Amino acid sequence: MDRRKSIKSILLGTVAGGLAVSGCKPGTGTEGDNVVADGAEQYFGRTPAELEQIAALNAEQFFNEHEMSTLAVLCDLILPANSEYGGATDAGVPDFIEFMVKDIPDMQPTLRGGLMWLDHKSNTDFNSEFKSLNETQQKEILDTIAYPDMEIPNNERPLEIQFFTLMRNMTLTGYYTSQMGIKDLGYKGNTPNVWDGIPEEVLAQHGVSYDEEWIAKCVDQSQRNVIAKWDEEGNLLT
Amino acid sequence: MQIKESSTMYDVIIVGSGAGGGMATKILTEAGLKVAIVEAGPHFDPQNPKQQTQLKWPWESPRRGAGTVRAFGEYDNAYGGWDIEGEPYTRKNGTKFDWFRSRMLGGRTNHWGRISLRFSERDFKHKDIDGHGDNWPIGYEDVKPYYDKVDKLIGVFGTKENLPNEPDGYFLPPPKPRLHELFYIKGAKKANIPVIPSRMSMLTKKINQDRGVCFYCSQCSRACSVHADFSSGTCLIFPAQKNGGQIDLFVNCMVREVTTNEEGKATGVSYINKEDRKEYKLKGKVVVLAASACSSARILMNSKSKQHPNGLGNGSDIIGHYLHDSTGSSRAAFVPDLVNRKTYNEDGVGGMHVYTPWWLDNKNLDFPRGYHIEVWGGMGMPSYGFGFNPNDLNKFFGLKAGGYGDSLRKDVKKYYGSVMGMSGRGESIAMKDNYCEIDPTTVDEFGIPVLRFNYNWTDNERKQAKHMHETFEEVVHNMGGEMLQEAPSKEDDYGLLAPGRIIHEVGTTRMGNDPKTSVVNSHQQLHEVDNVFIVDAGPFVSQADKNPTWTILALSWRTSDYIIEQLKQQNI
Repeated sequence: MDRRKSIKSILLGTVAGGLAVSGCKPGTGTEGDNVVADGAEQYFGRTPAELEQIAALNAEQFFNEHEMSTLAVLCDLILPANSEYGGATDAGVPDFIEFMVKDIPDMQPTLRGGLMWLDHKSNTDFNSEFKSLNETQQKEILDTIAYPDMEIPNNERPLEIQFFTLMRNMTLTGYYTSQMGIKDLGYKGNTPNVWDGIPEEVLAQHGVSYDEEWIAKCVDQSQRNVIAKWDEEGNLLT
Repeated sequence: MQIKESSTMYDVIIVGSGAGGGMATKILTEAGLKVAIVEAGPHFDPQNPKQQTQLKWPWESPRRGAGTVRAFGEYDNAYGGWDIEGEPYTRKNGTKFDWFRSRMLGGRTNHWGRISLRFSERDFKHKDIDGHGDNWPIGYEDVKPYYDKVDKLIGVFGTKENLPNEPDGYFLPPPKPRLHELFYIKGAKKANIPVIPSRMSMLTKKINQDRGVCFYCSQCSRACSVHADFSSGTCLIFPAQKNGGQIDLFVNCMVREVTTNEEGKATGVSYINKEDRKEYKLKGKVVVLAASACSSARILMNSKSKQHPNGLGNGSDIIGHYLHDSTGSSRAAFVPDLVNRKTYNEDGVGGMHVYTPWWLDNKNLDFPRGYHIEVWGGMGMPSYGFGFNPNDLNKFFGLKAGGYGDSLRKDVKKYYGSVMGMSGRGESIAMKDNYCEIDPTTVDEFGIPVLRFNYNWTDNERKQAKHMHETFEEVVHNMGGEMLQEAPSKEDDYGLLAPGRIIHEVGTTRMGNDPKTSVVNSHQQLHEVDNVFIVDAGPFVSQADKNPTWTILALSWRTSDYIIEQLKQQNI
């Protein structure tokens, strides 16, 4: 992921565009049909072809057991539980990464190769694989890859640094798109409501105010259910 | 294989069910005509629980909303994108054009931005002012009555501003600005750049008993289950069906060509049923093409016959030419005054509550035509990508970026909602040398010859994009913000996106009085075949710095009235 795309994703909370459209795999007879039918409730708003594709991805396993358990240890170092909220594995992050690495295969070499690097480094420095080290040793290794030189574009940084950046990105996006993470963040929307402007205390906090003339033209929410009528000049009467 | 022919004789066959096709369906069936709609994608209704994505949470999807399959993210309700498996297109001379298609009932109206702007008198006659491009054969006064009717039928919020280039209409009241929009207003005002409430087709107030009122979830791109925003299915086709209109709806049916008789008149269409992959024919007295500017051009160019050897209505060889998309470039900024925000629900309507219409006089500039500025930002719902590079913004405070541990939570919350951005959307000059044509070497999976594009931007568009970025920088500086990226360089065309990326492609079957230089007349009727009409954006002579949908709707209504009158008079 290049820098510009990364920036865009912070802004929008989504990676809009730029990712290749992958094709739909053909169905697999009766068994596939069952999976599709079962998925209809779980995977909202999918077309039949999209459901088939999700079912096909779920039927594969990319990371082996050792890789999965190493991922879990790493995710929880990146985002551990605190007194209020669980950590990355509590929010299901390793399973999310397992799905995404199949959905966006470009990530595979970086993640798999990075896990290999992690074990190699652990064996070299501490004579044991990463997941078996104590936390102090694990952090000693992470400290060498967790602070990229911001002057160098991501794709020009050493693999292990790119790996950690990708892992941090996947861990945080997995967490903050989980039920727990959204509660933690404090996002209050995605529910029917009536927007009637910025709360007074927020205006004060940020040192801005509404222009009265502007606000006078805005919707009077007490009249929202009254059917609109206009005079011939286009002035709203109701 | 024998082609199966239906015995039904339709008054009108409408190809495509987006804005133009939906409006034609409504108006023509209300006049009692029997209509067939042929749509290349499946049926779609945002109220269908199996298709609905509105109000879903990211964790309900295994990819958390990533755009792997749908270009604008998993919850976006466009079935299709710039690339569709089995439906390729090609390019020539090393040029670039990206073609977005949405295969579903309602087409792209299910996910579009709902920015609903009228063209002005100047927009229809811009050649008179600057000598570029061509004038339309019609003017604002011809279209105004239809804009008025569209406003009242469909609903658009906005405010009366008395700006000569932004004609007022019958507006619903707009929503109040959000916090990042107040910062934009502050920055723009200091630079003497006007900002007005946006004009978009969501119902901030009831307009009839059938449609719901906006409940401010910000998810218009997911299609609204209470029909509080405009889409062709929910606002035009379903009501037409409900009113007892005689409509046969053919979904998953891809039109191959318009069929003609010995006299060269259209007799109907032939299409491929995607389910059994066989070819069928429908008979109609009138054919209305509303398949999108490029798809309608493709159908016409593929409709070759003895009478029309160069494609239907293409004796002039103009079909496909004058293809043009809006210019577009965007930039984002960090606003330090927006860190550490108290969270509250500011979803609002889908998209911007305020915008900047074009405000300058080109006499003082080194490029023709203008652009408007769209504004974005806020504390949106997390989706795939949220939390990436969680503390890169530390650099603006001289702090270290990166790391791990519980402190990342503080970083994410600190910067949540502190970034805003601007997108310029401008007018390019229609040029004959920018075109689509039939690629003789390639077919899609239905055996239909595909389009090949040839498109070059000129310095006119590049200079416009450069100006956009100068404006963005001035506004951001004035609001105390920091640009997140460097200004794009000359080598990067000043950030000008490839043609087709703004999805406002128009002009391929342009309107005019002279059959040698245009494809349709001022009633969007083929010069060469009087029972074929085009009601998508193909007939646009120029696209203005406005989004095309409201004009497509107005012109489709106008053309539908003309068809009804011509049928009554037995002229066609």
